[in-house]
Amino acid sequence: MDFGLSEDQVMLKTAAREFLEKECPKKLVRQMMDDERGYSPDLWKKMADLGWQALVFPEQYGGIGSTFLDLAVLLEEMGRALVPGPFLSAVVHCGRTILAAGTEEQKQRFLPGIASGETLMALAFTEAGGGLEAPGVATAAKAAGADFVINGTKLFVPCANVADYFLCVARTGDSADKEAGITLFLVDAKSPGVSVTVLKTMTGEKQGEVVFKDVRVPTGNMLGELHRGWPVLRRTLDEAAIAECAWMTGGARWVLDASISYAKERIQFGVPIGSFQAIQHKCANMSVDVEGATSITYYAAWAVSENDPGLTLAASMAKAWCSEAYKKTAFEGIQIHGGIGYTWDHDMHLYLKRAKASEVAFGDADYHRERVARLAEI
Amino acid sequence: MDFAYSAQEEAFRKEVRDWLDIHVKELPTWWRNPDVAGPEIDSQEYHDFSLLWHKKLYDAGFVGIAWPKEYGGRGATILEQTVYNEEMAKARVPGPSNGLGIGWAGPTIMGYGTEEQKKRFLPKILSAEEWWCQGFSEPGAGSDLASLQTRAVDMGDHYVVNGQKVWTTGGHRADWAILLVRTDPSAPKHRGLTYLLLDMHSPGVTVRPLRQITGHAEFNETFLDNVKIPKSMQIGETNRGWYIAVGPLAFERSALASSIGRENTLKDMIAEARKLKKNGRPLTEDPVVRQRLAQFLIEIDVLKYTGLRSLTGQLRGQKPGPETLVVNLFNTELGLRLADYMIELEGPYGQLMRGSKYAINHGSWQYSFLSSRGTAIASGTLEIKRNVIAERGLGLPRSTR
Repeated sequence: MDFGLSEDQVMLKTAAREFLEKECPKKLVRQMMDDERGYSPDLWKKMADLGWQALVFPEQYGGIGSTFLDLAVLLEEMGRALVPGPFLSAVVHCGRTILAAGTEEQKQRFLPGIASGETLMALAFTEAGGGLEAPGVATAAKAAGADFVINGTKLFVPCANVADYFLCVARTGDSADKEAGITLFLVDAKSPGVSVTVLKTMTGEKQGEVVFKDVRVPTGNMLGELHRGWPVLRRTLDEAAIAECAWMTGGARWVLDASISYAKERIQFGVPIGSFQAIQHKCANMSVDVEGATSITYYAAWAVSENDPGLTLAASMAKAWCSEAYKKTAFEGIQIHGGIGYTWDHDMHLYLKRAKASEVAFGDADYHRERVARLAEI
Repeated sequence: MDFAYSAQEEAFRKEVRDWLDIHVKELPTWWRNPDVAGPEIDSQEYHDFSLLWHKKLYDAGFVGIAWPKEYGGRGATILEQTVYNEEMAKARVPGPSNGLGIGWAGPTIMGYGTEEQKKRFLPKILSAEEWWCQGFSEPGAGSDLASLQTRAVDMGDHYVVNGQKVWTTGGHRADWAILLVRTDPSAPKHRGLTYLLLDMHSPGVTVRPLRQITGHAEFNETFLDNVKIPKSMQIGETNRGWYIAVGPLAFERSALASSIGRENTLKDMIAEARKLKKNGRPLTEDPVVRQRLAQFLIEIDVLKYTGLRSLTGQLRGQKPGPETLVVNLFNTELGLRLADYMIELEGPYGQLMRGSKYAINHGSWQYSFLSSRGTAIASGTLEIKRNVIAERGLGLPRSTR
C-alpha cells in the first residue's frame, strides 16, 4: 500500500519546477498572451530536448515510455507555471488518441513528430452548442471515392492557429443512436478549404474557430474505424479531463503558496494579515481544495496508467472537484491580496482567468456530477 | 503507487473478517434494526451492550490492536490497524468500548507514566474493567483550554483539587478521568498546568448530567470539591501537563475507515432517495438531488485518497503535512453535510421523530442529524481546526486570540 509519488516522480517534479521557473517566467506568459502564435518555439524546443513531449509514448515511436501518472506530475508543474502552448492538445488530446486508435502506419507517421515537438496537433471537436456529447457533432464527413469530404465549423479549438494537423470529430452516419455515426480524421491544416480564425479569449490563449469547407481527407487519415470513433474519443475526453485536472491542481497550488507568502508579509493593523483568523480560515479552505484536488487527480491519473476500469468515474470525479477547487482558490487568492491582487501587474489574475477557462474545459462540475451519478447508477 | 496489501496484511484481514462473520450474528437485533432503536438507544442499555461486545472483541484480541504486546495489545503495524479499521467499518459493527481510555488515557500513560502506573492502569483500560473519561474543558475554558482554572494545591504527598469541569462525556459512568489542573497560577497559562489521573469515585467528586440537543444526557458537568489526588497519580512533571495533553495528540490517520463509514451512510441515503418520491417520481430522478448525491460520492473519494496520501506519509516516516491536517476538518464537515442532507431529502417528514406514525425509516436519521452538530464543536471546533491547518500546516503566524 503506497499512495505517494515515487522518487523518480519527485525528481521529475523538482526538475520541472526549476526549469520552468527559469525558462517560463510570467514575463513570457504575458508576452504570449499578445503573441500571434501564442507560444514560444524556443521554450517548446527546450521542453522537447528534455523529452517532455515524448514522455508518454512508447520508445518505438520516439517516446520515453513513462506512465500517465508521470505525465500528470509534469502537468502539475506546467499548470503552475502557466506554460502557454499546444502541449495538452498535441500530446494528450491528439497524440494519445493516435496511440490508442491509430494503425501501425499512422503511429509511425505521426507519433515521432509529436514526441519530438515537430508536429503540432489540435483536437477539433466542440461545435456551436458547446457540449461534449455526440448529438452536438454536426460537422459531416461524406465518402467521395478514396477520400472523405468534410464540411462544418468547429469552435474553441485550442492552438488552432499553429496546428499542423487537426484531429477532427465528424459525423459519418445519421442513425438514431447519435454515438454510432462518429468518425475521427486527421486533417492536414494546410488542406484547401480549412480556415482558422483566432478567438479573443480571457486568458489570451489562442483558441480558434476552424471552418472545414469541402475539405478532402484521404481515407488513410481516418483514425480508428468508420462510424466507431465515439468510444475512442470518449477515452480521449477522460484523459483530457484528467490532464486538465493536473494542470489545474498545479495552478491552484501556486495560488495557495503565493497567498500564504503574501499573508505572512503584508502588514495591516501592525501585524501580518496571516495572523487574522479571517485570512487563516480562507487559507485553510484553500488547502482543503488543493489537497483534495491533488489526491483525486493522482488517483485518476493512476487509473489511466493502470488502465483501471474505474478511470471513467475517476475522471469525472476529479474534474468535478478540480473545476470548483481551482476557481474557489483563485477567488480567495485575489481576495487575500486585496487591491494589488486586482491589478494587471500582479500575476494573480492570470490564474483566475486560467481557472475559469479550465473550469469548462472538458466539462464543468455540473456536467461531471451528473455523469458521476449515471456511472454510479444513482 | 500501489494499492495492494501484503500477504501478512491480507491474512490478518481474513482473520478479522472470519471472526466478524461469526460474531456479527451475536449483535442484538436493535443494533441494525431502525424500527426498534438503533445505536442511539438510551443509554445504560447501550452501554451494557457495548461492554458485552467489548468483551468479545477483547477475548479475540481485537481491542487496542495498536498497543504494544507488553501492554496486552497486538503491536499491530500501521497497515494492520488500517485493515482492522476498514473491516470493522465495512461490517458496520461497533468498535470497542472505553474509547477514551484506549485511545487517549492509555497511550498517555504509556508515553509519560511510571512503570507502576503502567502496571496499575493499562490492563484494566484494555479490558474496560475500568472505564475512562476526560476532564479538560471548563465553563471558562473551551477553545482556550490553557486558561483553565481548576486549582490543585500541593499538600506534600497529594494534591487538593477544587474546580469545575464540563462536557465530561461518560463522566456519570466513568471510574477514572484524565484531568488537567492548574498547579502554578503565577506562571504563564500553558506553563502552570499538571496532568493527573482522577479516581471518579473519590470523595468530593460530583457528576451532574447535562442534557444535549438529542434529548440524551451523555455528557456532564463535574464538580471537584476538596478532592484528594495522591501524587502517585500525577503523569509527568509538575507544570508540564499542557505539553503532555497536546503533545502526543495523534493526527487522524485512519481516514480510510472514516471514508468507508461515510460510504455506508451515503449508500443508505441513496437507497432512501430511491424510495422517496416527489411529484410521483423517485428523488433519484431529480437533477438537483442527483447533483448533491454525486457530490457526496466525489467528496468521499477525496477523503479516501487524501487519507491514503496521509497514511503513505506516515508509512514513509514523514511528519504530518497539510494533507493530514485537512483530512480531519474535511471528514468532520462531510459528516455534517451528509446528516443535514438526509433530513432535507425527507422534506416535511424530516421533522418527525422516532415514534411518530409517519416517520420515515422510523425516524432513524433524526438522531444522527442532531448528534452530528456536536462533532462541529467537540475536540476542536471547526474554527480551531482551521486555525491549526493555517498555523501548523501552512505556517501562517499565530493568530491573536
